[in-house]
Amino acid sequence: MVSLDINGKRQNVDVPGETPLLWALRDELGLTGSKFGCGMALCGACTVHVDGNAVRSCITPISAVASSKIVTIEAVGGEPVGKALQAAWVENGVPQCGYCQAGQIMSAAALLRRTPNPTDAQIDEAMDGNICRCGTYTRIRAAIKQAATKQGGAR
Amino acid sequence: MSARADRESRRDASSESSVVLANVSRRRFLQGMSLGGLVLAVGFQSTAGAQEPQKYGADGMPNGWVDNPLAFVSIVEDGTVTIVCHRSEMGQGIRTGMPMIVADELEADWKRVRVAQATGDEKKFGNQDTDGSRSTRHFFEPMRRCGAAARAMLEAAAADRWKVPVSEVAAKNHEVVHGPSGRRLGYGALAKAAATQPVPARAALRLKDPKDFRYIGKGELKLVDALDIATGKAKYGIDTRLPGMLYAVVARPPVLGGKATKVDDAEALKVPGVVKVVQIESSAPPAHFNPLGGVAVLARNTFAAMQGRRALKIVWDDGPNGSYDSTAYKAKLEESARKPARVVRNDGDFDKASAAAAKRLEAEYYIPHLAHATMEPPAAAARITNGKCEVWGCFQSPQAARDLVAKRLGMSADDVTVYVTLLGGGFGRKSKPDFGIEAAVLSKAVGGKPVKVTWTRDDDLHNSYYHTVSVEHLEAGVNEWGTPVAWLHRTVAPTIISTFNVDAKNEAPLELGMGVINVPFAIPNVRIENPEAIAHTRIGWFRSVSNIPHAFAVQSFVAELAAAAGRDPKDFLLEVIGPPRVVSPEMLGDTWNHGESPERYPVDTGRLRRVVEVAAHAAGWGKQLPKGQGMGIAGHYSFVSYIAAVVQVAVDPKGGLTIPRVDVAVDCGPTVNPDRVRAQMEGATVMGVGVATLGEISYKNGRVEQNNFDSYQVTRITGAPKEIRVHIIPGEDYSKPMGGVGEPGVPPIPPALCNAIFAATGKRIRRLPIRDQLTV
Repeated sequence: MVSLDINGKRQNVDVPGETPLLWALRDELGLTGSKFGCGMALCGACTVHVDGNAVRSCITPISAVASSKIVTIEAVGGEPVGKALQAAWVENGVPQCGYCQAGQIMSAAALLRRTPNPTDAQIDEAMDGNICRCGTYTRIRAAIKQAATKQGGAR
Repeated sequence: MSARADRESRRDASSESSVVLANVSRRRFLQGMSLGGLVLAVGFQSTAGAQEPQKYGADGMPNGWVDNPLAFVSIVEDGTVTIVCHRSEMGQGIRTGMPMIVADELEADWKRVRVAQATGDEKKFGNQDTDGSRSTRHFFEPMRRCGAAARAMLEAAAADRWKVPVSEVAAKNHEVVHGPSGRRLGYGALAKAAATQPVPARAALRLKDPKDFRYIGKGELKLVDALDIATGKAKYGIDTRLPGMLYAVVARPPVLGGKATKVDDAEALKVPGVVKVVQIESSAPPAHFNPLGGVAVLARNTFAAMQGRRALKIVWDDGPNGSYDSTAYKAKLEESARKPARVVRNDGDFDKASAAAAKRLEAEYYIPHLAHATMEPPAAAARITNGKCEVWGCFQSPQAARDLVAKRLGMSADDVTVYVTLLGGGFGRKSKPDFGIEAAVLSKAVGGKPVKVTWTRDDDLHNSYYHTVSVEHLEAGVNEWGTPVAWLHRTVAPTIISTFNVDAKNEAPLELGMGVINVPFAIPNVRIENPEAIAHTRIGWFRSVSNIPHAFAVQSFVAELAAAAGRDPKDFLLEVIGPPRVVSPEMLGDTWNHGESPERYPVDTGRLRRVVEVAAHAAGWGKQLPKGQGMGIAGHYSFVSYIAAVVQVAVDPKGGLTIPRVDVAVDCGPTVNPDRVRAQMEGATVMGVGVATLGEISYKNGRVEQNNFDSYQVTRITGAPKEIRVHIIPGEDYSKPMGGVGEPGVPPIPPALCNAIFAATGKRIRRLPIRDQLTV
């Protein structure tokens, strides 16, 4: 039994501590917004925030994050950066199939928190771990910039 | 993508094949298949159909189209309009586009429209095979009629209520207005009465004047699923959760046709959370859409199932494909490509013209196997209750899933319901519902309990339906100005048909009709040949299919001829295309024509020229570029659309490649949702870049060598073009035929990119992927 702080709520999962966070979220807790794409931290579809950092949940054992604050795509909209990104994603028509976009938004949110006005190069660097097979990259860049601008206005 | 292959398989499989066949022209089917060497006997009355008129477009698809508003539109008393989308959403935006067409004709207020997803039920909804870049061009008109009929029923209900002639009322923005009195009634208030109105006859329908369209062609509506996607609420096949569900992963034979000869599951069963190990029987060849067989581990969660699978000890008998080796196979294809072979098109006299030519050139191109690698790997869940099976999954062809689950379980298709989730990418992979059948088989093995099968990334890469592998051999004889007067193209690749018929060794009309025989060049002497190739893996359709190798070879070779002639590649390409003219596909030997009527969809070289010119102009073709930079161009006709691309590259002194900008010009006829046309072109450009630079599936000892995104690389944000500009040729006349959009953006990209590399560096790429070929 491992106790986890997920989206501000403490929850127990009755699986071995080596179980990756992704599968605890998806299968045990029903939070299916974080996606499985590779299982080896190669594609970024499973990205969540652990204490504010973008982390690949598919290779993160739950035992390693028992004392951390975990935020998933389901709750990132509760933060201004997350909300601004989600709005920019809709506004720019970023998603095609949409499967990778939760991970993209989580990576982008971690970026904007760290770097409120990223350059193209900083965006590329931060987002290079997130694969989009539909190829929405130019719109991802545009949406991150739009969210950054709107956030900047609010700051 | 292959409607034909898919359907032929269905016909083959279905106990109702004669019924299915009634909707497809037998003559066309025979015509289409004869060259492919396919003999299909099941349910096939070869004498009966010879006089049948040929059917095209949606008419030619199994179960055709349905335009009955009762199947697609429902309105409740609060005025909410629900529109059913019967095509699968995999990123093309069809769940927005299709209902938008209905809503426009219905005069519905989009804010009050909800979209519901159809189950797999083609008798009710018409054809649901979401591939072939067909949804909008086949269903624009039926969906318009659907909306118009529902509008007429609302108008009739209002006229009845007011006891006025129906000619005095008109629907406008979610209400019906009586002109003379100014009375109005909302759709909600009329819903019940409208439902009892007779569905108007097709001929009596009044379609809107396109100038009155509210949504169609505007590109202003947001995607219906965008917010759910951005907030993590959107549900894909892999997200299916059912009470008491078990989670399964399957150890499948690593070689096509292989079988498990010994299974030791003792250690697997000790893994915490593992519940059961089940063997899935392999099916006899052909591969079809059948599960590959193997050993499934069922557990309380996916991770436990994966751990259990790791602990299995399995001895595989690889069978005859165990020696498949990509290096050896490439050599074999090259050998075949260098010898005369079956002629599939012959204009003039290539040999004579070539012998008399001022100069002869030749080149050979290699394009490897590819895997779709959809971000959501295949996944499906199933349960069986009281003799009825329900399946949830990311299916591009839900009716095929339904029929084949029924067949495998020995049930009637009436007792199988297939729920279509969102698809986390499709690209043709999810047209093959083998993973849905696996889920059903496993549910049956545990007494009907819900079971979800998840494919891991290595499963997806190891056991896909792969894009073919090909060698394209081209020869040309040119005159003293370097203009080709003789053209030989020998294309050799294992065929998709081999997945349905093990004896098939030649490219089928649907493959040859993808940019090899139907190349409309102004060259008097053309010979196209197709040597045989034997498949050793499951060959399937991958976004834009055989257009990828064919366009790569043809458009690279034209650029090579231009270089040899010392001519500008764009001007030379236009000269080879020749003056604007309308060419019958049949004249080119193309009996397939993407399933469309040769009269309504001839090859129009004027349209091809125009996209080439528009892309070149927009890109600033001919402008001075810094050292190490270059532009390349390619234009290609596929899925009855015309697309050209100019790719601009920068190659650094070490051979590092970046793509500052791509300009894509697209003529797909009139558009429903221009923003999604743009999005598809953007995405196809990125996928095309990936095909050109990174993608390769290779085999050793019958096994795929790539396991995950480290070895099977796809384009990431850093490798993607920095800017993609899409130029849509305006097509406001909605009586003109529509073209495909989902696929045809891919084929021009690899040759345009390689032509740009040549312009930048002088290096000619003839083997994909480029990977480290530029490294110095």
